[in-house]
Amino acid sequence: MNIDPDKINVILATDCGSTTSKARFFKKIDGEYRYVTSGEAPTTVESPYEDVTLGVRNAVREVEELTGHKLLSPEGIITPSRGEKEGVDLYVTTSSAGGGLQMQVAGIIRTMTAESAERAALGAGAIVMDVLAIDDGREPWEKIERMRFLRPDMILLAGGVDGGSVSHIVELAEFIRAASPQHRLGAGFEVPLVFAGNKFARSHVEKLLDEDYALQVVDNIRPTLELENPEPARNAVHELFMEHVMSHAPGYTKLMKWTPVPIMPTPAGEGAMFRTFAQAQNANLLGVGLGGATTNVYSHYDRKFVRSVSANLGMSYSICNVMKEASLENILRWIPFKIDDADVCDRLRNKMIRPTTIPHTLEQLVIEHAVAREALRLGLEHHKLIARPLLGARRDQSIEERMGGQIRTESYVDIKGMEWVGGTGGLLSHAPRRVQSMLSLIDGFGVEGVTKLFQDSVFMIPHLGVLSTVHLEAALQIFEKDCLVRLGTCVAFSGKLSEKDYGREIASITIKMPDGEVLEKQIEYGTIQRIELEEGKTAEIEGNVASPFSLATAGGSGRRFTAKVEGGVVGILIDARGRPIDLPKDDDARRNKLREWFSGLDAYPAEALEDK
Amino acid sequence: MAMAYTPGLKRKASTTITKVRKLPIKGKVLVKEGERISYDTEVASTNLPGKVNVLNLALILELESSTGVFEEERKSLELSKYLLKNVGDTCEAGEVIARRKTFFGLYQRECQVPVKGSIEYVSDVTGQCLIREPPIPLNLKAYIPGTVTKVIPNEGVEIETLAALIQGIFGIGEETHGELMLLSESENDALTEDLLTEECAGKIVVGGSIVDGPTLKKAVELGVKGIIVGGIKDADLSSFLGYSIGVAITGEERMGLTLILTEGFGKMSMAVKTFSFLKEFEGRLACINGATQIRAGVIRPEIIIPLDESSRDGSEDEELHLEGLTSGLPVRIIGPPYFGAIGHVTDLPVDLQTVETESKVRVLKVELEDGSNVTVPRANVELIEE
Repeated sequence: MNIDPDKINVILATDCGSTTSKARFFKKIDGEYRYVTSGEAPTTVESPYEDVTLGVRNAVREVEELTGHKLLSPEGIITPSRGEKEGVDLYVTTSSAGGGLQMQVAGIIRTMTAESAERAALGAGAIVMDVLAIDDGREPWEKIERMRFLRPDMILLAGGVDGGSVSHIVELAEFIRAASPQHRLGAGFEVPLVFAGNKFARSHVEKLLDEDYALQVVDNIRPTLELENPEPARNAVHELFMEHVMSHAPGYTKLMKWTPVPIMPTPAGEGAMFRTFAQAQNANLLGVGLGGATTNVYSHYDRKFVRSVSANLGMSYSICNVMKEASLENILRWIPFKIDDADVCDRLRNKMIRPTTIPHTLEQLVIEHAVAREALRLGLEHHKLIARPLLGARRDQSIEERMGGQIRTESYVDIKGMEWVGGTGGLLSHAPRRVQSMLSLIDGFGVEGVTKLFQDSVFMIPHLGVLSTVHLEAALQIFEKDCLVRLGTCVAFSGKLSEKDYGREIASITIKMPDGEVLEKQIEYGTIQRIELEEGKTAEIEGNVASPFSLATAGGSGRRFTAKVEGGVVGILIDARGRPIDLPKDDDARRNKLREWFSGLDAYPAEALEDK
Repeated sequence: MAMAYTPGLKRKASTTITKVRKLPIKGKVLVKEGERISYDTEVASTNLPGKVNVLNLALILELESSTGVFEEERKSLELSKYLLKNVGDTCEAGEVIARRKTFFGLYQRECQVPVKGSIEYVSDVTGQCLIREPPIPLNLKAYIPGTVTKVIPNEGVEIETLAALIQGIFGIGEETHGELMLLSESENDALTEDLLTEECAGKIVVGGSIVDGPTLKKAVELGVKGIIVGGIKDADLSSFLGYSIGVAITGEERMGLTLILTEGFGKMSMAVKTFSFLKEFEGRLACINGATQIRAGVIRPEIIIPLDESSRDGSEDEELHLEGLTSGLPVRIIGPPYFGAIGHVTDLPVDLQTVETESKVRVLKVELEDGSNVTVPRANVELIEE
């Protein structure tokens, strides 16, 4: 894709979501790329409209009305720009309409090549509907029935290191052939299939599957046990997504002609921007896209980037699945006022069946924030199952492992090592007070150590992600100036005591503020406090923390600490609530504790915290 | 103008309904274009592929596995030497399809098929043999009475009919049919156990504001085909189903009846017009389907009441509502604190306004049926499409 960055002054980006199409308009102003305005409209990929471009036009028309800049012609988006008030130089888009890219992946061993295939598909922005493996515990007929029932958009078949097992891959290919899944968008279309397994099995796989599938053979995803090579498979997934999935979805052939850049799945755009930012900062980052249907978690840890998706954890369509997976009890624990359990269930059900509604009352807002904490907690748990060392690889063993202990299989993602935690999605972006989204991220992820937090201002991370693939400078400038809302820094002590120790002094800290003021603070267990520190300002913090607590900083974890903390729209939060955060067992005590925390942070208006 | 609104649920006294009835895989269409059909006419049929059983012949016959890495090193298992049947042949349960003799015929290993079926595939690489069980016949019924307006060769048909249509908000259970029978006196009354009698068997009963678990159970026992009601408590639905629904994709439940909610969860009076509609059509045949899908490809449960062609008056053709919200349009509020209230739009302020949560959102003003005026987020109303 040849785009001359110097000739790009006006940019339009859209995201065709499951329910809403969102247009974002950017312009080069005084030599810098900046966000100008947004337009939104219902997505029109479904019946009765069945043309995605209608929704895109409606969203873009809103931008036209707000700016007076003409963007639409009968043929589509006007490119290139003509004068000050007509057309754009670049139009890009992401899409998750119609349920996004839904994939089936397969590999020989569930925790080895199948897991590598799963990571590659997730990295390409897919929702993984099922993972097929020789050792997945299902009978062959169950594997076949499941695949036929699911009707995936695409299949990724991996398996075997180069020179390893051939027969098992052929076995998997035989299952796929027997299942013969139909294309979700019509019986006449071929299901695309990427083969990224043992290169010595290619001829067998071609013989079995070439006739009935749009087969693309790429380099092995796991050429050796020590190496994971997801890029060729990921690229093939993107290519086939455009050619065999997007092109059959209503209106997409037209949309594809409007943009010179391949349409990217929304999560791939989101991930691209989180990754780009983490690389630019050279930092460990945990990002989340908390959507209505899914929760996407991204980690950039020790330069390793991984995406996971919890397909049924979300804040509207999937809100009841959060209740089901997390339990109602875990949601209720975050609510500071008395409310009937059955009433909360009915409210969440009503949100599920009318997913585009937004909280109008404080009560509803607090309930949805409670659900968000649990969706984030579960999303991170799922992420850790994906972000883990390559199993089967030869590597240096820990002392414990050498002494005969279990081989480490747990995630390498350590919340204490995250320098940045950020989020996007309607609930976070629309939180009326920024401290609400900061607290949701801290509580949901159980943030520990010294961590900078940010959020998306008006949901444009996916838009900037796809833009970054063709114009990195513009994407990063807009991200830094207009998208990234620096919330502040959380200083959270690791360790915990019991409820009866609430109020016990556990740390003393000194904070040197940028104006020279020095704040001395004695920190009590079971508290969280907020210190105002503006965006762009830095303070220095040092102190001691008593056993069994510690604080993870860039210099390591310990009882004596010094750290630089950055300000933000919320400021600094000193969090001594213990980890994991444990709320009082008694209901009245729990509600009082939450009220104490929320009112201390000015998280909600006082009336939101009272019993109704 | 902002378009952030929720397209409403349909409630039409008379509309032309077109249903596409397609087989999941190709098959045979049994009716002709222009043919008048009943709701239970079989319109297409096919044979769904039977279950696949996998036998590993290499293991059963104790053949050495083929372990070579490179193509030229790999040796074929040459299973054809042992097969007693060919690919494509049918076989009976217990039949021997492969035999291997060793030690000059002193020992032999045999492979018996566990089920009746046909040999679909035999692999010389893995040693697998796939036995496909006999196909499962599928007869697709019309679901609604009407005229066949289009035949999709080998796939299905389009059926058109004149009908009254009411969409629900959520439902469970599959397509069913029955005579409409009102049991609640008003839209505010609960549908209770004591209202159900043996006369309800085979009927689609209509309640007002709520139904509970024991009433649902009794309805199943009596043979009620379907229930249409304003709301249900989540706890009652979960206890009736025996599990809690995670994601709203329904329609496959086999609970003995189909349930359609017109308003939502909790006690919710059925919209007055919906109730009066159903009352008007009491005693008529209704074709209902509880299938709901809130995610991509939104499907709402439906109540279709077929009408006589003679009642067609030309007002049935639907127009796509592309303009979004405008002043004067009838809307229903779909979020607390005015959940369920009905009124019409009086104003659509352009600027964002602050609501109770302190969020700045696009709002609209609604004059409710009782004459009061309220301001609500645009996202929290749905158009009433009549």
